[in-house]
Amino acid sequence: MAGFFSKIFGGYKQIDEDFYDEIFEKLVTGDVGVRTSNEIVERLRDQVKENHIKSPEECREFLKNNIKEQMRLDEDAFAFEKERSVIFVIGINGVGKTTTIGKLAAMYKNEGKRVLLSAADTFRAAAAEQLGEWANRAGVEMVSGKEGQDPSSVLFDTIQSAKAKQVDVLIVDTAGRLHNKKNLMDELEKMNRLINSYYPLVHRENLVVLDGTTGQNALNQAREFSEVTKLTGFIMTKMDGTARGGIAVAIQSELKIPVKYIGVGEKITDLKRFNADEYVDSLFE
Amino acid sequence: MAFESLTDKLQNAFKKLKSKGLLTEEDVKVALKEVKMALLEADVNFKVVKQFVSSVEERAVGADVLNGLNPGQMVVKIVNDELVSLMGPENAELVFQPGKSITTIMMCGLQGAGKTTATAKLAAKLLTKGKRPLLVACDIYRPGAIKQLQINGEKVKVPVFEMGDKNSPVDIAKAALEHAAKNDNNVVILDTAGRLHIDDEMMEELIRIKENVDVHQTILVVDAMTGQDAVTVAEDFNERIGIDGVILSKMDGDARGGAALSVKAVTQKPILFVGMGEKLSDLEQFYPDRMANRILGMGDVLSLIEKAEENLEIDEETTKDMASRLKKGKFDYNDYLESMKQMRNLGGISSILGMLPGMGLKTKDLEGAIDEDQLKQTEAIILSMTKEERANPKLMSLPRKGRIAKGAGVDISVVNRFVKQFEQTQKMMKQMPGMFGGKKGRGMFGGLGGMKFPF
Repeated sequence: MAGFFSKIFGGYKQIDEDFYDEIFEKLVTGDVGVRTSNEIVERLRDQVKENHIKSPEECREFLKNNIKEQMRLDEDAFAFEKERSVIFVIGINGVGKTTTIGKLAAMYKNEGKRVLLSAADTFRAAAAEQLGEWANRAGVEMVSGKEGQDPSSVLFDTIQSAKAKQVDVLIVDTAGRLHNKKNLMDELEKMNRLINSYYPLVHRENLVVLDGTTGQNALNQAREFSEVTKLTGFIMTKMDGTARGGIAVAIQSELKIPVKYIGVGEKITDLKRFNADEYVDSLFE
Repeated sequence: MAFESLTDKLQNAFKKLKSKGLLTEEDVKVALKEVKMALLEADVNFKVVKQFVSSVEERAVGADVLNGLNPGQMVVKIVNDELVSLMGPENAELVFQPGKSITTIMMCGLQGAGKTTATAKLAAKLLTKGKRPLLVACDIYRPGAIKQLQINGEKVKVPVFEMGDKNSPVDIAKAALEHAAKNDNNVVILDTAGRLHIDDEMMEELIRIKENVDVHQTILVVDAMTGQDAVTVAEDFNERIGIDGVILSKMDGDARGGAALSVKAVTQKPILFVGMGEKLSDLEQFYPDRMANRILGMGDVLSLIEKAEENLEIDEETTKDMASRLKKGKFDYNDYLESMKQMRNLGGISSILGMLPGMGLKTKDLEGAIDEDQLKQTEAIILSMTKEERANPKLMSLPRKGRIAKGAGVDISVVNRFVKQFEQTQKMMKQMPGMFGGKKGRGMFGGLGGMKFPF
């Protein structure tokens, strides 16, 4: 992920069209997308004019701060971690929902919380086994059903159990589904309503999990999933590869949905709370 | 959605080219700038886009604009042709070992690309082709992976070989081959764990499998939604492991799938199949032309051009004949029927209108406005006429109309309305006899915009 921009600023003697073109190219190559990249470059152009900037090197800080500003989380972004909460985890197939839930469970558990998992992915073969293994590793409990069972009924059971046991955090795993499959999205909506009705008084966190290697389609995913429930943030996974995850910038800029966590590996500890400064700095190192 | 606005953008850019007669350098540049943005939005890698655009530019500047196409359409045609040829071939097949020897296929890819699912789908596909596949669970890392393969194997009725998660994938692969030989399986498909292309240790594992068993086909599974990094991933897997083909997964989503072009461009390895859905039978053949359309997002403007070209050649004779009759001021029910047939050949009116750039967005409205059922009704009415009535519209009378209505199974008022419409068309035809004097590439179709059929 590192060294994203490092070369540009040294390589140019003056601010010209080639310089802007290269910034655009770097942004697009990082999956920031055409539209958001254009906006970022336009913003920089304005700043260069307003501030009478002459050297490319000076642009670095402006560019950095622009992206940081956009990515910065609200102060209460993690407030839910301190309250009783339910985390509804949704996303398409293969983005790493189940793995991420395992990591979240371990993180909260280590911070002394009582965590309960709901294996409401009753569709994918062996999904409950996979989550069960993570539950074991994290040392938390899990409620599951049978493959093919209505996921809402598993969720219902989990909510009852969560109430009885007075858990601090309930994390709901759902089956991966493509956002353009209507019936599956309807099913998700049903689960969403179910939480509203039967577990209304706890803090609600709705997180869509996005694969950091995904391109522009992640925008569609975030957009469509926010039709089902009000997204409070997203989790970017697989950030330990060579992909930059720049689509996060586009999602933040176009949809105003913040990144809350990033997945950086396969170990149970490989999940971090998102930090805009760290992320953006790493792009410029 | 962004998808549509982009198509709009392209169409606007091409509109600028429409009125001009030649494909100049400036025209091509304007059009290709939009094409470039479209490809980037579709997640084609930046470097691949750059190369592609410059090669198209070379071809397009000074190219002959085909008869019947405007310069904008011509650029699209060249862009599309180039995309299709880059993404081909269409019928890439898995190569099997001759005779009774076992063909070993190794699946690989990043985490979450859809390997386990694709593995089972591939087995199902081979089963229908008369092979006797064996699935092998070499993913000893992801919790639940073995179970997932077992369940999927059961669903597609293909045996699964597993040794739990305590043996090395190399040993599992070796044992699986012995097992296959004993059990008369002739294709062995190794499902390996998802891994990052920069994870040396894990990449080494795949190399060791290849060193220890004869892997005949290594297939990289790539998520169709992958962004710019698809090139790095594909390059690394290809250089370090060596791949023979690609399966593109999650194509039933709404991603434009630019990764397909990136992967093909950097590896030169064929795309064998595309994963189209949740069901284990959903592994389809790869069609470069469909993929090109999808990535470019140009609607089906090209199939319209092609269809028009094909049909015009066939119908040129009929058209000429009809034209000469029209010049003499003759237009009867046979001509009407013929012109309807021509429209049909082009794939039905609503499909034509749907394919036209700028029309795509309104297809739904048009479907309501132009009723294919009504076309059928009109056809039934004409076919219920006698030969004489068809050739000589003046014969029409009330009793004849009554008989025709019965024959066509419609109310007489419908026949009345149609006859009136026909007479209006006849008048219109007489007023503009030049209509059908078409060069190739115009004719009936070229006149579509100017002439209104009262269908």
